[in-house]
Amino acid sequence: MTRIRFWKRLDTIEIAFIVLGALIVLFVLIPPLKTIFSCSPDTLWNTLLDEKVYSSILLTIHAALIATIIGLLLGVPLAYVLARHEFRGKRFLEGLIDIPIVMPHSAVGIALLFVFGSNFLMGKFLNSMGIGFVDKLSAVVIAMMFVSIPFLIDSAKEAFKAVDVRLEKVARTLGASPWRSFCRISLPLAWRGIFSGSVLMWARGFSEFGAVYVVAGHVSFFGYHPVAAPILVTELFESPGGLRAAQPLTVLLILICLVVFVVLRTIAYGGAKA
Amino acid sequence: MIMIKDLKVDLGDFLLRDINLEIERGEYFIILGPTGAGKTVLLEAIAGLYPVLGGEIWIEGREVSGLNPEKRRIGIVYQDQVLFPHLPVEENIAFGLKAMGCPRQEIKPRVDSIAQVLDITHLLRRSPRTLSGGESQKVALARALVTDPAVLLLDEPLSAIDPETRERIQQELAEIHRRLGVTTIHVTHDFEEAIALGHRVTVLNDGQIVQTGIPEDILRQPNSEFIARFALSRNIFAGEVSDVSDDYVSVDIGGVKLMGVTELRGRVHLSLRPEDILISREPLRSTARNSLEGTITDIANRGAVMHITVSVPPDFVCLVTRQAFGELDLGEGAKVWITFKASTIHIF
Repeated sequence: MTRIRFWKRLDTIEIAFIVLGALIVLFVLIPPLKTIFSCSPDTLWNTLLDEKVYSSILLTIHAALIATIIGLLLGVPLAYVLARHEFRGKRFLEGLIDIPIVMPHSAVGIALLFVFGSNFLMGKFLNSMGIGFVDKLSAVVIAMMFVSIPFLIDSAKEAFKAVDVRLEKVARTLGASPWRSFCRISLPLAWRGIFSGSVLMWARGFSEFGAVYVVAGHVSFFGYHPVAAPILVTELFESPGGLRAAQPLTVLLILICLVVFVVLRTIAYGGAKA
Repeated sequence: MIMIKDLKVDLGDFLLRDINLEIERGEYFIILGPTGAGKTVLLEAIAGLYPVLGGEIWIEGREVSGLNPEKRRIGIVYQDQVLFPHLPVEENIAFGLKAMGCPRQEIKPRVDSIAQVLDITHLLRRSPRTLSGGESQKVALARALVTDPAVLLLDEPLSAIDPETRERIQQELAEIHRRLGVTTIHVTHDFEEAIALGHRVTVLNDGQIVQTGIPEDILRQPNSEFIARFALSRNIFAGEVSDVSDDYVSVDIGGVKLMGVTELRGRVHLSLRPEDILISREPLRSTARNSLEGTITDIANRGAVMHITVSVPPDFVCLVTRQAFGELDLGEGAKVWITFKASTIHIF
């Protein structure tokens, strides 16, 4: 059988679309790749050994992880309810959940201060618990959670929707309680989507600047006063060193995100059938 | 025994109502109806998967209407099997036993036993994704039967299977039922499937039961035009009883008079199954009361049989084997005679 070359099988419209698609792929790829390849490994290593840098990166990874775990505990049940039930106001509720995506992130920080600030109810509660909020780890976590939770909920909702509801029905008729049916059938079958949403949520939280800057410009963590990594990048950029000073940390952040994203998605979808 | 009294299920845009059924222990009961009739809703209401608005469901002397599905002792098998895709076959079958708290040492013997009955022992270690439609159906049956349910609910179990496998699985369903004797409620839209398997059949349309009886009664004596059409009686006419003699009545169906047997008078409906009509080139010498001359207007090839439309008028659809079709040398426009007995006409 003669194999026809791929490009010879294409219509003109398909060729036009591929060219346009290639432009957008290049648009996304070139800036991070150029940034990465214009920085030497030695510079990267020395930057990473800087106490201010590594404590800042650790703080950001740590806070994004806590935000994601809380998001999982609170967001997955909501995603399941939204996937399985039709009720009055459901569309409105789904819209509400996506509000953080459309809100300017500095405005998110201000809004959070109106709830969690020292003079407000939740802020007083957190202070009385000894947790505090402004310029604390809790503020970074809450700000990250606010801006990134829609990614987890939406992804988990779609994952639960993709699980045939009759599987749960069969499980129930076979003697499984609703909890057992959820834990043994729905959750294992939806885990890839939930995991993928968690990775997205973590990555979005990790890269958050605006909201975190407003509520926690300086955080006390491990005895130092680091700031979240995206804030430190901005501080370095605004320093006399400018673009060159910000470049190594920028490269580190891009690499961390890329590695985490690729590794975790490979774990999630590596064994999955199409 | 399963008893359903005045069952009502409201799904907002669909209402299942006035459902009254009594199904004997060990009976193979068919719920028959077209798409959208409410068959699956009824089945799932029995399973406890839909909340009922009113009425009662009794299974083996126990009122189960208010019980959760896991407390009802039922097994359900859906059209496309819906096996748990992340569990191997053995785990699929064992799922119910584990959920019901069956002692660990009893699980494997019971799984092996039901696998032997269904002849799927060789599939136990396989993933559901690698099974054919027929194999999946048998695994789904094993999963439903292993917990020893009081009633087995089958929702269109043969619809998603290729015709050849369907016939084999149909025979196996009958055999499994004979061996295990489990009360079975089987939902289908296929009349022939209902005839082949059911001890009794209930016909559902638009959320209501329209007729219940043994398959032969539904086939020969449909109580409405809907059932007659659904039972593949292609010859359904409206007419009026015109002459009455001691044994027969004459029914006028628009100029043509047919002899039938009924106590009804006035406006009636008639149904006549295509296979009850004899077709010939010359008038037949027989005791059949109805013999009409007509012209062939359409011939539809259905594989082993041919559907011949003979315009008298009105049009009568007859069924002949491929061999008879060749021997009679039939073709469109040919003049033929159709003959049928008065007793084969069902008047309602």
